[in-house]
Amino acid sequence: MRISLMSALAAIVLSNPILFNPVLADSWQDTLEAAKGQTVYWNAWGGDPQTNAFIAWVGQQTFERYGVALRQVKLTDTAEAVTRVLSEKAAGQDDEGSVDLIWINGPNFLAMKEQGLLFGPFAAGLPNAQYLDLSPASPNSVDFTVPVAGMESPWRLAKFVFNYDSARIDTPPLSMTALLEWATINPGRFTHPDPSNFMGATFLKQALIDLTQDTAVLQEPVTEDSFVAATRPLWKWYDALRPTLWRGGETFPENQSVQQQLLNDGEIDIAMSFDPASTAVAIAQGLLPETARVFVPEGGTIGNVSFVAIPYNAASREGAQVVANFLLVPDTQAHMQNIEVLGAFSVLAAAKLKADARATFATLQTAPGLPSLADLGPTLLEPHASWMTRLTQEWARRYTR
Amino acid sequence: MSLDLKNVSVRWANSSTLFGPLCICVERGEIATVMGPSGVGKSTLLDAIAGHLSSTFQLEGHIRLNGIDLRSLSPEVRRIGLMFQDGGLFPHLSVGDNLAFGLTRTVVGRARRHAAVEVALKQAGLDGFYLRDPASLSGGQRARAALMRTLLAEPAALLLDEPFSKLDLALRGEMRSFAFEHIRRHNIPALLVTHDPEDAKEAGDQKLVLA
Amino acid sequence: MKPTGTGLRLVVLAALLLGIISPIAAGLIQTGRAAFGLMPVVGAHGSGLEVWRSLCALPGFWTSVRLTLWIGFAATFLSLTLATCFCATAHARMTGRSAARWLAPLLAAPHTAVAIGLAFVLAPSGWIARLLAPLVGWVRPPDLALINDPWGIALILGLMIKEIPFLLLVMLAALSQIPVQQHMAAARGLGYRRSVVWVKIIAPQVWPLIRLPVLVVLAYSLSTVEMGIILGPSNPPVFSVFVMRLFMAPDLAMILPASAGALMLAFLMGVASATLFVAERLVRYTGLWWIRAGGRSSAVKPLLRIASLCVIALFVIGTLAMVSLVFWSLAWRWPWPSMLPETWSFQPWRNAAGVLGPALGNTLFIAGASVFVSLALAILWLEGEDRKGRGCAGWGEVLIYLPLLLPQIAFLYGLNMLFLRLGISGGIGAVIWAQVLFVFPYVMIVLSDPWRALDPRLIRAAASLGAGPVRQLLTVKIPLLLSPILIAAAIGTAVSVAQYLPTLFMGSGRISTLTTEAVTLSSGADRRITGVYASLQAILSFAAYAVAFMVPAFVFRNRAALKGAGQ
Repeated sequence: MRISLMSALAAIVLSNPILFNPVLADSWQDTLEAAKGQTVYWNAWGGDPQTNAFIAWVGQQTFERYGVALRQVKLTDTAEAVTRVLSEKAAGQDDEGSVDLIWINGPNFLAMKEQGLLFGPFAAGLPNAQYLDLSPASPNSVDFTVPVAGMESPWRLAKFVFNYDSARIDTPPLSMTALLEWATINPGRFTHPDPSNFMGATFLKQALIDLTQDTAVLQEPVTEDSFVAATRPLWKWYDALRPTLWRGGETFPENQSVQQQLLNDGEIDIAMSFDPASTAVAIAQGLLPETARVFVPEGGTIGNVSFVAIPYNAASREGAQVVANFLLVPDTQAHMQNIEVLGAFSVLAAAKLKADARATFATLQTAPGLPSLADLGPTLLEPHASWMTRLTQEWARRYTR
Repeated sequence: MSLDLKNVSVRWANSSTLFGPLCICVERGEIATVMGPSGVGKSTLLDAIAGHLSSTFQLEGHIRLNGIDLRSLSPEVRRIGLMFQDGGLFPHLSVGDNLAFGLTRTVVGRARRHAAVEVALKQAGLDGFYLRDPASLSGGQRARAALMRTLLAEPAALLLDEPFSKLDLALRGEMRSFAFEHIRRHNIPALLVTHDPEDAKEAGDQKLVLA
Repeated sequence: MKPTGTGLRLVVLAALLLGIISPIAAGLIQTGRAAFGLMPVVGAHGSGLEVWRSLCALPGFWTSVRLTLWIGFAATFLSLTLATCFCATAHARMTGRSAARWLAPLLAAPHTAVAIGLAFVLAPSGWIARLLAPLVGWVRPPDLALINDPWGIALILGLMIKEIPFLLLVMLAALSQIPVQQHMAAARGLGYRRSVVWVKIIAPQVWPLIRLPVLVVLAYSLSTVEMGIILGPSNPPVFSVFVMRLFMAPDLAMILPASAGALMLAFLMGVASATLFVAERLVRYTGLWWIRAGGRSSAVKPLLRIASLCVIALFVIGTLAMVSLVFWSLAWRWPWPSMLPETWSFQPWRNAAGVLGPALGNTLFIAGASVFVSLALAILWLEGEDRKGRGCAGWGEVLIYLPLLLPQIAFLYGLNMLFLRLGISGGIGAVIWAQVLFVFPYVMIVLSDPWRALDPRLIRAAASLGAGPVRQLLTVKIPLLLSPILIAAAIGTAVSVAQYLPTLFMGSGRISTLTTEAVTLSSGADRRITGVYASLQAILSFAAYAVAFMVPAFVFRNRAALKGAGQ
């Protein structure tokens, strides 16, 4: 009896990282103490009412459980928050900054990291980081091929998908060349966001990966020669595609939401999104017709993770860490993946979850517009961040009047 | 060739009469005066003849100029000149440009028109005043310029609404003679509304009293 | 001790200098430093003209500049012409007061709301297209560039819908200072037709009185960001949006060419003003030549008719745009080609109700505070003028309108740096201060003319009855000017509610107002929620106008002279 009790106790202790790692336990306890009563200003894109509602729910939970109040600062563009932190640094305000937490990734993250605007590393120290796959090659450790190095913590999954109206298209084109053929037969029914926007640039990247011969070179920083060689098939394909685009390729929608509105209005037949569940959510919200569906090209699509980062001068950095940690709680992630709430796919590694957590995920409802993880196909690696900048520049040079 | 008013009366819209019916025939070169207490409607009579009668009034009777019934014509075609109390020079144009504005279209050509304006200015004793700002003129000078402007348009008749009342007594006589001389020279019928019995005496022609 | 006229004016002048000029100057200096490469925080230590060279080399730069100048001049010129023609045909039927009443809805409508609504009305999948679809046989929306078109026609239309009511209001106020009836009678007596009299006699006298408001309109047409994004072309966009995109680029080094671009925008504004003055001289010269030729009639009249019809058409489209927003806020699904929403629902309002409390509260508080401060400053300034006995100083007027004549981007970013250094950024006080910069000029525009037109003999009578200056102000002037004061307050409220960049920059994003929420949500392109916020913005402004008309009507219900007369 005693031995089994001891082993039971040992099992409990060993399975709980907080109790098992006394160093970790102390510092996290300190963080929780310091965070009580703080107000965290989370700067996040505010264009989606569902996300805003989810963030409000997170705020309620963190207040009840940890005494941390959360306020969302609604942004039109992540760069607003980056510029704000930069201004504060320029003005010498190294403490009591106005930004505590930023929803960030990709080039914005690279810029902040290079300018020394971030606090950290903190991500690996979060107790719930145990549920993440933090191996060096996983999407959680590399943001656009830039090593995360613990300077940001993941919270939702992003994967590039196309969506379309199945009432108007029977079989969607499953590769870039097929897309060109389809667009030639149906001119004016496809477009992409302006490449100065994140989504538009990602579409160009996706096309590049699909069409280029040698994809390994994309993982290296870009050089003039490698760029010219790799993008030759891309520009050839795009020059043929452009006249068949919506508005003849003279004007482009501002971002993916505007493009979704075009799909809803019936002006185009195919749109794109970074969130595989956004179509199902949009149908539930009445923003897309019931017949909208998701499809991915056969070769797979780019996927990455959305992170939260903490500026170096954040006033409530302990509170921010508590919030980042709460986002990784399996129940929170399951709540997030529920399409009636937000529908965003979870970042947690299924293998690292406990059985009851896995069950919660399995009971999430499905919807016709919601693809399963299997439907999403393979995830392609993001090219190096310098490729995206170079692509956008070259596109602007070639196609701006 | 005359200004002929027959049974002209003006009523308020609710049908109480303002004045009338009037009958008067002003011949060419004649200056008829209209007198009466304040508020009796002297200015309204001039409005009616010129074609600016407000919609709160109703006009009855006939107004004929040189045999043509004026009631069907719009004000700019009636060829009836107006002169007001304070001259009515346009403040954004120079004195000469004011007169050039009034000068009839029949004088064609820049040089001819300019010369005509200069002649008129000289007659008014405003020689060399072409580019002057109207606001810099004295009351008497303004009145003379306004009269010349009206006459340069070669109207078929002239209406004057208390034109001398704002001038001081000494000037009044001078201005009166000037105006009457030019009107008679142009040989057109004129109707003068005034408070001043001196005006009627000077004019010496028909007098109409509104009661 | 009674403050003298000079004393009062000095006080207001000091407030203006401190409160308006120095922040703008500070902001411009900061932007200037970045424009010449001096921004240590990103590691740039002054590279002179290199930044400008890189700006000019950006793809689409020259096209964008050309586009902006075209749109700015076209919108201003068309608005001015149409407003003048409309005035000429309808002036006899409009007094200043009654006109303000039916112009109020379009004046109060916020720019963003009008743009979003117009984008729906004009789009190939929008209301007008749905009306025409059964007639023309469209099964799918046609692929026509009706909004975001490369020539910016949709943007010009949107600008005109907002600018024509403003110019009409200003023109009517100016006309009340000119003896129009008398001039009309005199000129018609000389044989001129009505329309020609308007062009040759009335318009030249009105122009000096509306010159400054026209400059304000030109400045807005050149520098609008929100309308440029929603209605304007995108490849490349108008210059203000081009600069905004540079500010928002992830690569922080782009802030340098962005600052250079912001200064360039201010420079473009200067070029445009200079062009306006040159054009004025030219028109004056040719106009005099035309007047001396003495032509009595011309083909102007049918053009006036057409112009008035165009104005009415624009007003109808503008009203449709606002109505469509209300419909969207009550819709669940509204697909092509339905003329009315397929499913109606209160869900958008319900969704928003939980969240808009803080935004609504902030908007009301900030509007109230900034309007109060602006009115107080305006009354002090005008009172100071009265006591001094002199008319308004020209330089004083230009100074007041300065914030409206400079593009907001040029100095707001730099201003925020200054506020950060002083430690006052992020608070509601900073936001109110920034908003007063833009509300005060509009309040002055609306209040000055009625104030100066007040019969001085009434004041002298009060003085002779023993009332001191303060009593004169409180018991005679303000009650007599109650209507203009309330209308100025209404316009100030509309301006404050619509402000976007000042709230965003000065509040560090923490102060959310209806407009910041609406702009952010519009990037999510859900017309329903945008419709809710835009409708709320409009309702607030309309409410202010309703108060401005109803309160004097009630307070002066037994005073015919103050109730019914035009101002």
